[in-house]
Amino acid sequence: MGRKLLLEHINVPGINTLAVYREKGGYRAVEKALKTLTPEDIVEEVKKSGLRGRGGAGFPTGMKWSFLAKPEGVPRYLVCNGDESEPGTFKDRFLMTHIPHALIEGMIVSSYALGANTSYIYVRGEMMPQIRILEKAIEEAKAAGFLGKNILGTGYDLELYVQPGGGAYICGEETALLESLEGKRGNPRIKPPFPAIAGLYGCPTVVNNVESIAAVVPIVNDGGDEYAKIGIGRSTGTKLISASGNLVKPGVYEIELGLPVEEFIYSDEYCGGIANGKRLKATVAGGSSVPILPANLTLKLANGEPRLMSYESLSEGGFATGTMLGSGGFIAFDEDQCIVRNTWNFSSFYHHESCGQCSPCREGTGWMEKILHKIEHGHGTMEDIDLLWDVQRKIEGNTICPLGDAAAWPVAAAIRHFRDEFEWHVKEPMKSQSTNYGLANYANPIEKAPEEVKSQN
Amino acid sequence: MSDLVKVTIDGITVEVENGTTILNAARQIGGDIVPPAMCYYSKLKGSGGKCRTCIVKVSKGSEKDPRPMPKLVASCRTTVMDGMEVLNITSPEVLEARAGVVEILLINHPLDCPVCDQAGECDLQNLSYEHGLQKTRYEFDRRTFDRIDIGDKIQLHMNRCILCYRCVFTADQITNKRVHGILNRGDQSEISTYIQTAVDNDFSGNVIDVCPVGALTDKTFRFKNRVWFTKPVDAHRNCSHEKCNGKVTLWYKGEDVLRVTARKDQFGEVEEFICNECRFDKKKTTDWTLEQPAVISDTSVISSNHYQTFKPLPVIKENLALQEANKRELEKTFKI
Repeated sequence: MGRKLLLEHINVPGINTLAVYREKGGYRAVEKALKTLTPEDIVEEVKKSGLRGRGGAGFPTGMKWSFLAKPEGVPRYLVCNGDESEPGTFKDRFLMTHIPHALIEGMIVSSYALGANTSYIYVRGEMMPQIRILEKAIEEAKAAGFLGKNILGTGYDLELYVQPGGGAYICGEETALLESLEGKRGNPRIKPPFPAIAGLYGCPTVVNNVESIAAVVPIVNDGGDEYAKIGIGRSTGTKLISASGNLVKPGVYEIELGLPVEEFIYSDEYCGGIANGKRLKATVAGGSSVPILPANLTLKLANGEPRLMSYESLSEGGFATGTMLGSGGFIAFDEDQCIVRNTWNFSSFYHHESCGQCSPCREGTGWMEKILHKIEHGHGTMEDIDLLWDVQRKIEGNTICPLGDAAAWPVAAAIRHFRDEFEWHVKEPMKSQSTNYGLANYANPIEKAPEEVKSQN
Repeated sequence: MSDLVKVTIDGITVEVENGTTILNAARQIGGDIVPPAMCYYSKLKGSGGKCRTCIVKVSKGSEKDPRPMPKLVASCRTTVMDGMEVLNITSPEVLEARAGVVEILLINHPLDCPVCDQAGECDLQNLSYEHGLQKTRYEFDRRTFDRIDIGDKIQLHMNRCILCYRCVFTADQITNKRVHGILNRGDQSEISTYIQTAVDNDFSGNVIDVCPVGALTDKTFRFKNRVWFTKPVDAHRNCSHEKCNGKVTLWYKGEDVLRVTARKDQFGEVEEFICNECRFDKKKTTDWTLEQPAVISDTSVISSNHYQTFKPLPVIKENLALQEANKRELEKTFKI
């Protein structure tokens, strides 16, 4: 049984209310931080904990905090990124719905650490119920003296606001989020300057994911060193994984980083295997924008070692044989799923969500979607597959924000690992409309590399 | 001097002021190594970074931190560091990526150059001539928009727009009030005025000059002539508008002034913005004091009809390397 830090009391009835949350040890971190620690101490603890951003990129949170510029007389802001819109990811919504005080407690402690007196929680516009829940929780916290002027008599003031988003995936990109929060069109800004220097209203700003901020609470309670003991290597702590797809038990799971992928999929404690007794064909390990992997590479590294749920292990082998942990949106595909159709689906999402600011993404995502639509519906040619590969290469890395990469990677990975299936769609246009390519060799076990080969490498 | 930094672009070193962008440093060197820019406009604050045609490779970050930058960067928005080394036309990676951007810009751009008033002075036309493929690989219907009317002076052709945002910045920074902007998202984004308002104020005509393509053209010049049949002449008048100094280029066809534009520098950017009265209402030679024939770059198609030149310029430059490359390409075509 893995350790739970965020979801420990998730099943306690009424945990969404302040009274029950406090009973279970809530708001200890606020008292400890504001009364006994200096802001620098907290930043130091977060650095020691090795906590990495849970929103997707995995940038060390403590490092991000220490980059924050601190000019005199200029306010600083903490913005919580609750614009969770990645297909396959729904952990933040779960956290905000069921245990909103964990986020608010994290916001208070983090704002104190960064010296922010006004903080914002930017929640995706579609999540209106969660926005209501958070607003109610903020009212409760304010009434109990955890927010507002002179919190707990320590002289620290903090106002916390919830801002509904405008309903665009791109507003989850931190600079687009800041633009949107300022009331403008949600176009990503061109970096530099980074938000740590000039963010919200031109002031130094830190933007963190909901889960990252909630994870600050156990770090403050137990200390950074204690948190760093959980996990493996540079992937410390626990991570919420949103498991979906053809699984027996899809849902949000809190895992200790370093859990083998095989155990995560097949153990009864977690997903409980593939639904309806089918076999696993492929997985997307971290939300729709990370490369898709065939079953064999999901479970094993290219050298035959088991793959673990951690930042390093999932990206082992680069994009040739690896993927990314991303935001933890774990999607499993069984043998009946069509990878071409799925790639088309992802592609049409990115086409729809491109902000239209820079040309490769604006025009290229639409182009990719049209080619994939053509292949999926049995009108494709072999040249289309090569063209698709070429178009994604032209998009990747040439855009202002990572949405271009996010649109290109799933297409690239699908062609890289499932080219046979694309070719089958071209060669058998009629058959591909009624049947599926099936499992093929995608689950063939990878042999463990012999010892002498390993030593040569 | 401490505020001068050294930057090397394609092997040519130049000293520029701290805070200069790579693009502007390259413009100080001049010549073939200047990256093309479709959206950047030196006179408009905040412009640039969107079209991605000016991408370059930074092979050495700076003297202090010599690591190369991991991705290609937009040269118009990246400032130079001391000791930075930049590759533009000497990097195959950059040329390939740029060709990709050009192709992507063209997939939805209508090929109506024969009826487009911008033809001959169109940045996208030049760019595709230099970098583009001979045929498109895009086999789907091109995107089209409903036509909207934005007044009696300016013609908007949304289908031709490449969304450089220059006209938006112009309206923000030059005029008192902006009534147009970007609506919608992704490849459905369009320049529009929401509830068909006419774009009309004293400086609104400048959006025509800043538009790199034929999306915004002059209605008073519409279908009157091809630019390469007209002769540009610099002229000025005492303009009563306080913000306009009346320095313009008149475009003559025979005795008639067909249109009036602001004067443009060698990078196609206007030197000074002019008011609408100068642009649209003063179309008689008697309104103006003529100065001299406007300087047109000899690579421009407009110069082929310039009265300073008695015969058309050769299409192929007298450049041995280029001629050699052309010969090779020709042989390749014959082999196929």
